Amino acid sequence: MYGGGNTFEGIKSDELTGEDPIKLAEFEARIERGEKIEPSDWMPKLYRKQLIRMIEQHAHSEIIGALPEGTWITRAPGFKRKMALMAKVQDEVGHGQLLYSAAETLGKSREEMIDDLINGKSKYSNIFNYPTFTWADCCFISWLVDAGAIVNQLANAKGSYGPYCRALDRICAEESFHLKYGHHCVIYLASGTQTQRDMFQEALNRWWPPMMHFFGPSDKISVHTEILMKWKVKMGTNDDMRNQFLDMYVPKIWELGFTIPDPNLKKNTETGRWEYTEPDWEEFKRVINGDGPCNKERLEVRRIAEERGRWVREALRTPKTAYVTPLA
Amino acid sequence: MNQEAIKELLYKMADDQLILGHRNSEWTGFGPLLEEDIAFSSMAQDKVGHSLALYTILNDLGEQDPDTIAFTRNADQFHNTVLTELPNAEYDFSLIRHFLYDTAEALRFEMLSHSSFEPLALVATKVRGELRYHTMHANTWVKQLGAATEESIGRLQQSLELALPYALGIFEPSPYESDLIKEAIFEGEKALEEKWKKKVEEVIAQTQLHLPKWETIAPHYGGRTGKHTEYLQPLLDEMSEVFKIDPTAEW
Repeated sequence: MYGGGNTFEGIKSDELTGEDPIKLAEFEARIERGEKIEPSDWMPKLYRKQLIRMIEQHAHSEIIGALPEGTWITRAPGFKRKMALMAKVQDEVGHGQLLYSAAETLGKSREEMIDDLINGKSKYSNIFNYPTFTWADCCFISWLVDAGAIVNQLANAKGSYGPYCRALDRICAEESFHLKYGHHCVIYLASGTQTQRDMFQEALNRWWPPMMHFFGPSDKISVHTEILMKWKVKMGTNDDMRNQFLDMYVPKIWELGFTIPDPNLKKNTETGRWEYTEPDWEEFKRVINGDGPCNKERLEVRRIAEERGRWVREALRTPKTAYVTPLA
Repeated sequence: MNQEAIKELLYKMADDQLILGHRNSEWTGFGPLLEEDIAFSSMAQDKVGHSLALYTILNDLGEQDPDTIAFTRNADQFHNTVLTELPNAEYDFSLIRHFLYDTAEALRFEMLSHSSFEPLALVATKVRGELRYHTMHANTWVKQLGAATEESIGRLQQSLELALPYALGIFEPSPYESDLIKEAIFEGEKALEEKWKKKVEEVIAQTQLHLPKWETIAPHYGGRTGKHTEYLQPLLDEMSEVFKIDPTAEW
């Protein structure tokens, strides 16, 4: 449930030329009526391209996102946490599998998508390029990064592409358990010893800037995506999503007695919007383009896993005996 | 009932499940394909859950609470068989270990579901149902990869030969063997080993792998009495890294 903060490319003015105007009008009317678009339906090339890009980024975010938390499975303190964290990270890998399948319905294979991830052609959520130094960092992700992703995913589940929406419905149901687990972990740190409280405060200090980046660049500087909003590919602006997250979670963080490292953070009671120090978008760009603290390590892990597993995948494609479904 | 005999049996089973569960969980994020990543993670959860159920019985018999037992002992206080503590290495070794180990555990829990020690019989009845899926998974993959490409057959053969002496270590004779049999708590390691050999032969015969003659394999014993390889202590240090920051804290 790590998706969110998708980056969209600017759309060139000629990308819709060549589309049949009658089919395009029918397509847009269907979306307007709230119908879902299915894999065999007609769709503009641009819609297909943008959806593949978005679902693929989301799938990559799930499997790369499994790494910073996954490294804490072997260190989780006590049976309760160890079992819950294993189950949670397993869910995330399962979401990756579900999303790759959804993207495959648009014509790009899982292998191609993973190749593009490894060679840097396609992106994943920027937040996973930051390191998890302590158990509290892992708890931050389970609670607040998952919370941010849920904000995005609940919105996207109302989008127009059937297979993606159905995958998101299932993902959101599981995510709600992750959120409870993460919140529970943080409550224990908050009500624990001074060491535990300090651990989480330090994690909050480290993770707040990437968390603000998570929803993508400010609407003032992000590329224009009106057509994607009209086609219900993108379901809300980055600033709307960020504001919704702050509205839901800042009070909960404060309630636990922690300090959010932004002295300008406050809710404007007149507008109902949150005000905050503008995140450093130069850093965001730097990290998304490969120069973050963990980009190389994350992709290297993925590359090694792919290479070490190649003989297994090849052996699956070369069965010498007929496969028989085992009886349960 | 002979409490010492029961405790010895419970400790070695619980430690086996915990340590192999921990190793399986290390595949999370690194599997050769997503489906296998997920499968190993599922089995890890089951195994760690089984260890918790067994440590809970020990706790009822007067031992410390499960978290303390699992997260504060040193390697020489663990009774797992050495097979479970070896590093995951490549997928072929992890798969062969999973096959050899779970074949034995499925049989063990099946036998224990008839144990005269009721708390164990109850847990075993539940666990044997879950282990059916573990053996089904192992058998499916061993049959598939053990008869596919030259590379997959070669890798599995090599791992099989490497793992077999350690697998025989699962059945290291227990000083309480005759007590356990006499009181109908457990049919014993010897009986389990014989059943296990038949099952392993049955599956390997459906592949292009070659099983060495049993009498040529020297069992690697020691794990049951706390004699471990250099791999166990670092695993335990990692497992307890956060817990030991403050063992009295609640996490």
